[in-house]
Amino acid sequence: MVEAIDQIFVIAKHWVVGQFPAAWQSFVSVLLSIVPILMVFPLLFAVTTIVERKALGRIQNRFGPNRVGPWGLLQPVADGLKMLTKEDIIPRPADRIVHFLAPVALIVPSLLALSVIPYGRNMVPIDLDAGLLFFFAVGAGTELAVFMAGWSSRNKYSLLGAMRAIAQMVSYEIPLILAAVSVVMLVGSLSTVGIVEAQGERYGWLLKWHLFTPWGLAGFVLFMIAAAAESNRAPFDIPEGESEIIAGYLVEYSGFKFALFFLGEYLGLFAISGLAITLFLGGWHAPFSFLEWIPSYVWFFGKLSALVLLFIWLRGTLPRLRIDQLMNLAWKFMLPMSLINIVVAAVWHYTADWQFTGALICRWLLCGILFGAPYVWLGSALMGENKFAKRTYRFAD
Amino acid sequence: MEVVFFIITVLTLAGAIAAMSLRHLVHCALCLAVAFGGLAAFYLQLNAQFIGFAQILVYIGAVAVLIVFAILLTRGIESAPQPLFSSAWPVGLGVALLVFGSLVFAIQSSSVAQQQAAPSAQATIRTIGSQLMTNFVLPLELIALLLTAALIGAVIIAMQEPSAKSTPMKDHAASAPIPSVPEEQR
Repeated sequence: MVEAIDQIFVIAKHWVVGQFPAAWQSFVSVLLSIVPILMVFPLLFAVTTIVERKALGRIQNRFGPNRVGPWGLLQPVADGLKMLTKEDIIPRPADRIVHFLAPVALIVPSLLALSVIPYGRNMVPIDLDAGLLFFFAVGAGTELAVFMAGWSSRNKYSLLGAMRAIAQMVSYEIPLILAAVSVVMLVGSLSTVGIVEAQGERYGWLLKWHLFTPWGLAGFVLFMIAAAAESNRAPFDIPEGESEIIAGYLVEYSGFKFALFFLGEYLGLFAISGLAITLFLGGWHAPFSFLEWIPSYVWFFGKLSALVLLFIWLRGTLPRLRIDQLMNLAWKFMLPMSLINIVVAAVWHYTADWQFTGALICRWLLCGILFGAPYVWLGSALMGENKFAKRTYRFAD
Repeated sequence: MEVVFFIITVLTLAGAIAAMSLRHLVHCALCLAVAFGGLAAFYLQLNAQFIGFAQILVYIGAVAVLIVFAILLTRGIESAPQPLFSSAWPVGLGVALLVFGSLVFAIQSSSVAQQQAAPSAQATIRTIGSQLMTNFVLPLELIALLLTAALIGAVIIAMQEPSAKSTPMKDHAASAPIPSVPEEQR
């Protein structure tokens, strides 16, 4: 019974495919892998927008949307209708073709990236031998799309926004990939399915998620910081920076093209959160073996929602970084730390055959020191003479 | 398969021709990215996943972005209108024919052309990795050394001379000055 509920979508797909003549079967099978992605994630996007606005409202001590439908829950529908009926303005000096192609070029890589993520047991649209590489390769396409948007608008703000966005994405791609490399090194596979399966073993009742190792913990934090920057989320949203460059490369987009950009950004967020789950949070595995009766796809989407909520929380909490702070964080802190994390992962791997009692604690201590000492040293060196002190207010106290 | 090959070929050639003949440099760069993508599709069609994805990652993700940046950061995007063909085009044609001819000659006379085509094997990432780390470790290390040298060279060229009049660069972000605000207001 548990097995059947877990595999319900797989069984349903096989049944539907079986109804078609043999010549059609491969085509129908592909179609049945693509259509759910196109349906589930835009729907999740709609839900996320309302949750995000509600949560930000709560954080900022206001109501958030509460006019459309019960508790404002139909707000995404109203937003969608508004976007569809709004006039699509193209500035006269703009490069019309590139201006038109940019949102399309942004949304296609985000959708492609979603195709290699395992959503549940036996539920992966395509299992590529180099799935992880595929994810990063299609992700590289978004940079050009952002540039196309910024350049074709013929607006200095959008060009500035695009330059900032590309500089940021190129910089944070390196720690992102290096954090993923440590996982690839220990699993010995670039296939996303293989990475998830490697996290299915157990210590007692605890599953061997990569998060439960020192290098995995550090790698997850590094990965999430880089992921926030890669998807242009606050606190790394200077490419859009409403208060300085009035939304950057989105300035000259209105109507449905703007909605497409919005959708593409959130699809990218879902994709990279899904990759974080695949790499560090055990994919569709339950954390404890006694919880394995809950279906695998519920675990995946539960983790996805948790990560998206984490991003919303970060957005509501942290102030925006300045561009020099952003670049320094990427190149002087994230890059060395992710390189050190690879060494820590290697140490963890080669101490795996320690047998004496308390070996696990010794390994944790060793790896913790190997990662923690450079962290403290690098942190204090980068701080220099600047010390945090209590902020004094003149009028507010 | 034939149809796919035809489509990719047309796309790649169209991208390459457009990259040569369009008047606007940014359009050329974008069309070049299309041509790079077509090449990657060829690799994928040949079952070379790793090379295909690496091609996309490096050429579209890095090289095309670099070209675009170079165009933007240098002056003169909108250069004066020039004729599409340079006045020296016969010379160019001659050089191109010469290079093509010598390449054809070299390939025809080399031992590679006499070999039978190897049966198309599925080169997995694992095979490529173990080969790089065992048989081809010396070339790999040499390439790494070369790239590191290039990187350090680029940094040295870009680095400000300490004797220049401009203020020496402070090396951390937090020291970027906000001088106009008195201390107690911050």
